[in-house]
Amino acid sequence: MSGVRLLVGTRKGAFILTSDGTRDDWNVEGPLFTGWEMYHLNGSPVDPDRLYASQSTGWHGQVVQRSDDGGKTWETVGNEFTYDGVPGTHQWYDGTQHPWEFARIWHLEPSLTDADTVFAGVEDAALFRSTDAGQTWQELSGLRDHETGPQWQPGAGGLCLHSIIIHPDDPNRMFVAISAAGAFRTDDGGETWQPINRGLRSNELPDEEREVGHCVHRIAMNPSRPDTLFMQKHWHVMRSDDGGDSWQKVSGNLPSDFGFPIAVHPHEPETVYVVPIKSDSEHVPPDGKLRVYRSKTGGNEWEALTNGLPQEHCYVNILRDAMTVDRLDPGGIYFGTTGGQVYASPDGGDNWTAIVHDLPAVLSVEAQTLS
Amino acid sequence: MIRVVLPHHLRTLAGVEGEVALDAQERPTQRSVLDALEASYPVLRGTIRDHGTAKRRDFIRFFACGQDITLDPADDPLPERVASGEEVFRVVGAMAGG
Repeated sequence: MSGVRLLVGTRKGAFILTSDGTRDDWNVEGPLFTGWEMYHLNGSPVDPDRLYASQSTGWHGQVVQRSDDGGKTWETVGNEFTYDGVPGTHQWYDGTQHPWEFARIWHLEPSLTDADTVFAGVEDAALFRSTDAGQTWQELSGLRDHETGPQWQPGAGGLCLHSIIIHPDDPNRMFVAISAAGAFRTDDGGETWQPINRGLRSNELPDEEREVGHCVHRIAMNPSRPDTLFMQKHWHVMRSDDGGDSWQKVSGNLPSDFGFPIAVHPHEPETVYVVPIKSDSEHVPPDGKLRVYRSKTGGNEWEALTNGLPQEHCYVNILRDAMTVDRLDPGGIYFGTTGGQVYASPDGGDNWTAIVHDLPAVLSVEAQTLS
Repeated sequence: MIRVVLPHHLRTLAGVEGEVALDAQERPTQRSVLDALEASYPVLRGTIRDHGTAKRRDFIRFFACGQDITLDPADDPLPERVASGEEVFRVVGAMAGG
């Protein structure tokens, strides 16, 4: 029977939530790696029992864990992330140049075709790849070596590479997003990269439409339509229908178009989800109401989804990697909050239930659809 | 024998309880003890000192015989009582975080 496994990373450990295809009842395992910040866990689409996890603390830095049995047991793998060549500098908050320094892994993206290959998006922004199941890591330095690299500047959360999307049919094409540099695309397997930020406007920048410097919070794709990308930028919800060559604003009637996560329905490529947050100064839901907004028209026309979500006195945030979808029918959608709740909707957002209420602040949620 | 006490998270990571016992060294230093520790427990590489540079991580301190020896040169000999196993070499996580 089909089922779902949710991989939840929190500020103080990891949790694995499992359910059968009905998604009515959930089994909660954890905490795993108690006390560690678990920025992200993800599973291989080739072998769902192959999991990778990013584990870190301020004391001891980065550790990477791998499981070959769906999270029952874990093995520590390689944690040496050395920038290729002489790393050089990027722009610091005060405009001066600052050496590139590895801090942590924000996102792990397993290959679509090989369970031993996995990509890591890191802070300070770079993309690493392992082809030996996480034992060793090599930088795809063509990204960081882009001529605009010295202009990249950290967002408030650091200069982080947080989104990695692999094209479903063309393994040479990948998309990444960096806060606050923007989105980038490779068409040659990561050797060279080009910024794909045309159409983005950020009035925080002296030149609002510059090539890089945009604080992209998240990008998402439905694999059935790989040229269409959706983006939650610092402000503005955007879409591209040409693989990122150009972007159009689709914020429409949202109460605020500031936010962090964005997700696309697993079976309806024009159905998109965001969670509006009041502003970049006040990282709380507008009016104390936790509302997911859904557009069934690919943006511009949005409806509030509230059934089962708190509609008063709610001031949690949903971080960029903390919303995801499963592949079941009907499609399920999930998100975790900084207040420690993980909400599930087995019907595309119409109805929501909190699977758990009191976890540490949730950093990431990934859904594995199990057959 | 050289006795090493690790902080909680590193004991968990290394899968040890209590102290770690390392082979005796003729003239142990911070560097030689940490080298031996990492050789015995490779999962600790990068968690006390950075890969490559071997620079101490910012929130890690070293104590011996009740003294903070963190800033002593890495190749200075450790106290005789640590070398003899009478006292422990202590790796400490600074009080920080939330």
